[in-house]
Amino acid sequence: MTASQIIFYILAAFILGTAIFSVTTTKIFRSAIWLLFSLIGIAGLYFWLEVEFIAAVQIVVYVGGIVVLIIFSIFLTQQSGKEMLRPPMMRGIASVLAVLFGFALTYFLIYKNDFKAGDKSFNWSVSKIGNQMLATGENGYALPFEVVSILLLAAMVGCIVIAIKVPVEVSSTGTKEQKQDNIENLRDKQIVEGL
Amino acid sequence: MTDIPISHFLFVSTALFFIGMYGLFTRRNMITMLMSIELILNSVNINFVVFNKYLYPDKLDGIFFTIFIITIAAAEAAVAIAIIINLYRSHRSIDVETAEEMKY
Repeated sequence: MTASQIIFYILAAFILGTAIFSVTTTKIFRSAIWLLFSLIGIAGLYFWLEVEFIAAVQIVVYVGGIVVLIIFSIFLTQQSGKEMLRPPMMRGIASVLAVLFGFALTYFLIYKNDFKAGDKSFNWSVSKIGNQMLATGENGYALPFEVVSILLLAAMVGCIVIAIKVPVEVSSTGTKEQKQDNIENLRDKQIVEGL
Repeated sequence: MTDIPISHFLFVSTALFFIGMYGLFTRRNMITMLMSIELILNSVNINFVVFNKYLYPDKLDGIFFTIFIITIAAAEAAVAIAIIINLYRSHRSIDVETAEEMKY
């Protein structure tokens, strides 16, 4: 067994172990931190596969963006130390069985299939990716690139519209409860007007 | 490099996918369900990169699909968290069982 193989199996065990902890722990903040480790392990797997560009994108977008966003939303919505409820016994057993059968079936199919490896060597470079990404001819990805950019714009506008606070028109002497009531009344009015 | 059979990579990605499914089945908190979805998307990304590298090494399509999936996952997480925070403001809870009047 060479060192490269040993590193691969260590990475695989790390990814799967932290992922299992992430879905089974009862504290939500710990779950987010285990997810962070699992994503870093996947970035390590990309480094092992020598696709450093995808590994860098993985670290920047997932570890630097999505996990930080998730941790922020945990802090905004609940106490991080609070225990979550364990799933009911029946649901836990049924989920484990369903997942095990699904895994067994899928892996059986993969194991039976013999994959024909390509004989050329894999060579990519960032300039090749960039050229093909913006090419309009055959094998060009210019159209998906534009569609994704429109999608990102739509998602950004949508997030702002969803999360924006409704402006409150209330005198400064009103108490907090009155303000809350006013917000609800305003929302109801808006819903009625919308209908 | 080629001394690891491709089925071992697929073992990792399949196991990761079903771990994410387990999380999706058992959790009732929206943020943890979102984390499970991220795990599932990552397992798909591993599949794309490995297939591209070992089966079709003269093409780059797997890498493009991975890049697009990562982009869409980021947008999806942002929209989901905006919805979750808005739901928390109106319901004081982010449990999926308490969000049932969205059905009507």
